[in-house]
Amino acid sequence: MSREDYEVIIGLEVHAELSTKTKIFCSCPTEFGGEPNTHCCPICMAMPGTLPVLNEKVVEYAVRAGLATNCEIEQRSKNDRKNYFYPDLPKSYQISQFDKPLCKKGGIEIDDEKGEKKTIRITRIHIEEDAGKLNHDEFGGGSLVDLNRAGVPLIEIVSEPDLRSSLEVDHYLKKLKSILEYIEVSDCKMQEGSFRADVNVSVRKKGETKLGTRTEMKNMNSFRSIIRGIEYEIDRQIDIIDQGGSIEQETLRWDDVSGRTFSMRDKEDAQDYRYFPDPDLVAIYLSDEYIENIRKTLPELPESRKERYRKEYALSQRDANLLTASKYLSNLFEDTTAICANAKATCNWILSDISRILNEKELEPSQIPFSSEQLAKLISLIEKGIISSAIAKKVIEELFEHPNDPEKIIKEKGWIQISDEGAIKEVVLQILEANPQSVADYKAGKEKALGFLVGQAMKQTKGKANPQMLNKMFIEEINK
Amino acid sequence: MEIYELTVHELIEKLDKKEITKEEVLISYQNRIDEKEKDVQAFVTITQQEAKDQLQKIQKEENKSKLAGIPIGIKDNICTKGIKTTCASKMLEDFVSPYDATVIKRINQEGMVCLGKLNMDEFAMGGSTEHSYFKKTKNPWNLNKVPGGSSGGSAAAVAAGMTPWALGSDTGGSIRQPAAFCGIVGLKPTYGLVSRFGLVAFASSLDQIGTLTKDVRDSALLLNVIAGHDKKDSTSVQKEKEDYVATLKNDVKGLKIGVPKEYFGEGINEEVKQSILKVIEVYKELGAVVEECSLDVAEYALATYYIIACAEASSNLGRFDGIRYGYRTKQYENLKDIYRNSRSEGFGPEVKRRIILGTYVLSSGYYDAYYKKAQQVRTLVKNEFAKNFEKYDIILTPTASNVAFDIGSKINNPLEMYLADLCTVPVNIAGLPGISVPCGLNKEGMPIGFQLIGKPFAEGTILNAAYSYEQNTNFKNNKPTFKN
Amino acid sequence: MQVSKEEILHIAKLADLNLKEEEIETYMGHLEEILNFAKVVNKAPIDGLEESIGVNEAYNIFRKDEIIESFNRDELLQNAKEQQQGMFKIPKVIN
Repeated sequence: MSREDYEVIIGLEVHAELSTKTKIFCSCPTEFGGEPNTHCCPICMAMPGTLPVLNEKVVEYAVRAGLATNCEIEQRSKNDRKNYFYPDLPKSYQISQFDKPLCKKGGIEIDDEKGEKKTIRITRIHIEEDAGKLNHDEFGGGSLVDLNRAGVPLIEIVSEPDLRSSLEVDHYLKKLKSILEYIEVSDCKMQEGSFRADVNVSVRKKGETKLGTRTEMKNMNSFRSIIRGIEYEIDRQIDIIDQGGSIEQETLRWDDVSGRTFSMRDKEDAQDYRYFPDPDLVAIYLSDEYIENIRKTLPELPESRKERYRKEYALSQRDANLLTASKYLSNLFEDTTAICANAKATCNWILSDISRILNEKELEPSQIPFSSEQLAKLISLIEKGIISSAIAKKVIEELFEHPNDPEKIIKEKGWIQISDEGAIKEVVLQILEANPQSVADYKAGKEKALGFLVGQAMKQTKGKANPQMLNKMFIEEINK
Repeated sequence: MEIYELTVHELIEKLDKKEITKEEVLISYQNRIDEKEKDVQAFVTITQQEAKDQLQKIQKEENKSKLAGIPIGIKDNICTKGIKTTCASKMLEDFVSPYDATVIKRINQEGMVCLGKLNMDEFAMGGSTEHSYFKKTKNPWNLNKVPGGSSGGSAAAVAAGMTPWALGSDTGGSIRQPAAFCGIVGLKPTYGLVSRFGLVAFASSLDQIGTLTKDVRDSALLLNVIAGHDKKDSTSVQKEKEDYVATLKNDVKGLKIGVPKEYFGEGINEEVKQSILKVIEVYKELGAVVEECSLDVAEYALATYYIIACAEASSNLGRFDGIRYGYRTKQYENLKDIYRNSRSEGFGPEVKRRIILGTYVLSSGYYDAYYKKAQQVRTLVKNEFAKNFEKYDIILTPTASNVAFDIGSKINNPLEMYLADLCTVPVNIAGLPGISVPCGLNKEGMPIGFQLIGKPFAEGTILNAAYSYEQNTNFKNNKPTFKN
Repeated sequence: MQVSKEEILHIAKLADLNLKEEEIETYMGHLEEILNFAKVVNKAPIDGLEESIGVNEAYNIFRKDEIIESFNRDELLQNAKEQQQGMFKIPKVIN
C-alpha cells in the first residue's frame, strides 16, 4: 500500500524554558552558559537536608501561557514527584505535576495542509524542573555531570493527537513558539534547548478508528530535525505494517547525521515513576482575581496583530502571517513603519532580504543586530533616491555585519547614488557609443535592449547611478 | 553538685551570678564525655577542639545572649557546616555539609557551643538506636538496655550528663520515646513550627526537629531558640514568635485533660499503666479535669504511618547514589553498578527494608490500595483528634507501652519494633505537638514516661501542664546508675 | 498478602538496590508481614474523606524571583568521590 492509504497521527509534548531570573525551587540564576556547576547551590544539587520553595514567577508565567492558549486554569493545583534514577536528576525525582496541572483543555488555531483553519487541542500545561547536563569526557572515557541547568523552570505543553502531517506540526510549533515569545514567558531559543519537543507518531490505515501503536522521539530541538524525524518515522512505520509486522511502543532517539531513529531505552527497564504529591511543597490555590489580573496584562497576540496589519497597513494575508509569526519581526516592522511611514517597503525588506539573511546565517529574529531606526533610515534613503535598491541590499548585508547608521555606511563605502545629470549623461553617451547594435535593436522595437544598456551603465558605475534617471536619459538620447 | 548535673536554666543563673565560668561549663561537660562515652557510646563525632575554639570566638565577640557559651549536642541528621553529618550511616560516613541547617544557624546566633554529633538509628529509622552503622548506644539507667530511638544518642547523652541538652528529630516518636526510655523530657513541636531546612529528610510530612532536655523549663528555653518561620522551608508556618518560658505558670486548674481508653488495654505493661494512673491522680489533685475519652484510630494511624513514612523515605533517599556525595562502591564497571552497589552496600538492612516497602506502596497497581488510603486515614486521624480537642485542652497517654528493652531483643522482628510506636505515631500523623515527661521508675529501675498531646501550636499549653506535673513531683531525685 | 520473588526483585530494581539471595527471602517475609498489618487501613472508616497532603493547610508559599549569588563550587564538590573540570565524574553514559 502507498502512503496515501494511511493516516498519520501526531501528538506533541513541548518543553519551553521559562525566562525567569532564577530557578524554579532555588535562587540560582537561570542564565545560559557559565562554567560548569557555577549556577548551583545545595538545593539544586540536592544536598541532604535541602528543601524547595516555588518561584512565584513560574506560576504566573505558566498561567499566562495557559490563558494565551485558551486553557482553563486549575484553581487548585499541586506539585508531584516523578521518581527515576538518572545522573542528570540529582534528587532522583523530578518535581513536576501529575494529576492537577495548572492549565488544561486549551487549543490553538493553525492552518492545515489545505490552508484551512484547524484547532489543535492542548490537553494540559504543567510546570516542572529541567535536568542537568551530561558532558562527554573526551580523555578519560567517562561522563561529566554539570548541574547548571538542573532546576531551570519549564512548562510542558501537551497536545492532543490532532496533528496529521509534518507540515501541520511545523505550523503548530511555529504558532506556539510565537505565542510564547509574544507573552514573554520564554525566549524559545531552540539552539539553547529552551524550546524542544517530544514527538509521538503513529499511523493507521484510513478508515480505521483505533489508534495505531505510537513511538516517541525525545528532545527534538530544531524544526528541521522534527520534520525529518517525523517523515522518517512515518515511512518506517508504514514499511513495517506493509510487511505484516507490528509497531513496538518505544522511545526513540533521532540522529540527525544518519537521518534515522534509534531505540533509546533498555526494554526491560519498565518505567514506573511512582508519582506522589511532594510533601516538601504546599498546595497552589489561584483566586479568580489572580487569574483575571494576569489575563488583563496579556499583550496583543499574533492572531489579533495579523488582523490589524491587514486593516491598518493593507498587507496581504500571506505577508501579515509571515510578519506576525515572530514577535521580533513583527515588532521590527511596527517600530520601523512608525518612523519611516512606509509599511509596504518595510514589510518587503523584512520578508525578503532580512529573512533570507537570517536563514543563511541560521539566526533567530531576536538576534537581528540592527535597530528599527537604522532600518527606517535605510528605507528613507531609497525613497529620497540617495541610494538604489541594489546598494540598499549591500547596506542590509553590512548592517548584519557591522550595525551602524546607514548614512554613515554609504558615505564610508562611497555608495552614494549618482543623480547628477551631467555625470549620468556622460556615462549614457559612453555606453551608447560602445553598443551601436543595442541602439539599433531598440529602435527596431526591441524593448529589452534598453534594459541591457541600463545594466551596462549600472555596471560601469558600480550600481551607484540612479536607475530612473538612466532610463529616462537613454530614451532621450536614442530618440534625439 | 557537679556542673554537668545542672539544667541549662541553672547554668544560666550560676553564670549570671558569676559562680561559674563558661570555660568551666565546657570543661565539665567535656570531662564527663571523656568519662562516660566508653560506656554510653552516645556520640558519632566529638568536636572537642572545635568546641573550645567556638567558645573562644564567642567570648571574643562578646555575644550578649544568655545562652552564649551553653553547650549543646546535635543529632547527627542535622547538617552542620564543616562538621561531619553522617545520619549514622555508612552512606554518609565522611559527608561534610557545605551549609548549616536553619536550627544550627539559630543556636550559633545565640552563641551555643556544639559538643558533638549524636548517635541515632540510621537515617532516623528505628526505635532503639541499634540501627546505627557505627555503634550501639546504651541506656544510662542500664547499659544492657537500649536508649530508645531514633534520637537515642541525644537522649542518652542528656541523661548521662554528657550534654545539658540536645536537638533531636521526631518522625514517629523518635524524640519522645527515647526521652521516656532515658528519663528525660522530650518535645516534638507542631509540624511547621521549627524549620526542617538542613534536617536530612526521612519522611518530609512527618519529620520535625525538637528538644531533649533535663527538665521542662529547658525545653521551653530551647524551643524559644529554634521555633520560628523560615522562608527556606515551604512547610514552615508564618506565626508570631511566642515566649514559651513565659507560659510556664505551674497552674492547671480547670485544664481539661482527655485520657483515651484505647491506650490502656492489652499490650500495655502493668507497671507503666499504674505509673500513668498516678500521673492522672496528680493532675486531678492539682485541679485539672481529667476524663476518659476515645481515640479509636491508633491501629490505623500506625499502619498509615508506615505506609506514608516509607513511601516518602523511598523517594527522599534516592539522592544517595554515590555521585555527588556519600559512599561510592569499589565494585563498578558502569553507571548502574555505581547506583545499585553503592546503595546496597551503603544502606543498612532497616533502611533497605523501608525503601523496599515504600517503593512497593507507591508502585503502579498498589498506590490506590496503600498510599491513597493512607492519606485518607491521615485525614481521619486528624479529624478524630480535632473532635477530642473540642472537649479537651490536652490528651494524655503513655509515651511507650513499655520501658526500654534489652539490646538485641527485637532487632530481628521489625514488625514488633514498629508496634512499639503505637502511642507516639498518631501525633506525627496529625502534625500535633507532643511532650514526654518522666513519671517514675519500674521495679528494675527503668524510667517510665507519659505523653501530653496538644492542639496545633499549643506548645505553651502542654509545656505548662508538663511543668506543673514536674514542679509537684520529684522524679528529678532519681539518677541514672550506669549499671551493667 | 503474598509477595512473589519476581515482585520483590522488580521493586528492588525500581529502588536501585541489589539484593543478595538470602536478603530476598528475609525482605519478602518482612514485606509480607508488614503489608498484612498495613492492610488495616482498608478497614478504616474513610468513605468520602479527602486525602491529606501534608499536615498543615498552608498554600501558595512562594519565593520572589530574585537571584542570590550561587555557591562556591569547591564547597559543592568537596564530597564528590570523583570530579573533573568542575564536574562530577561518572562512568560513560551511553544513550
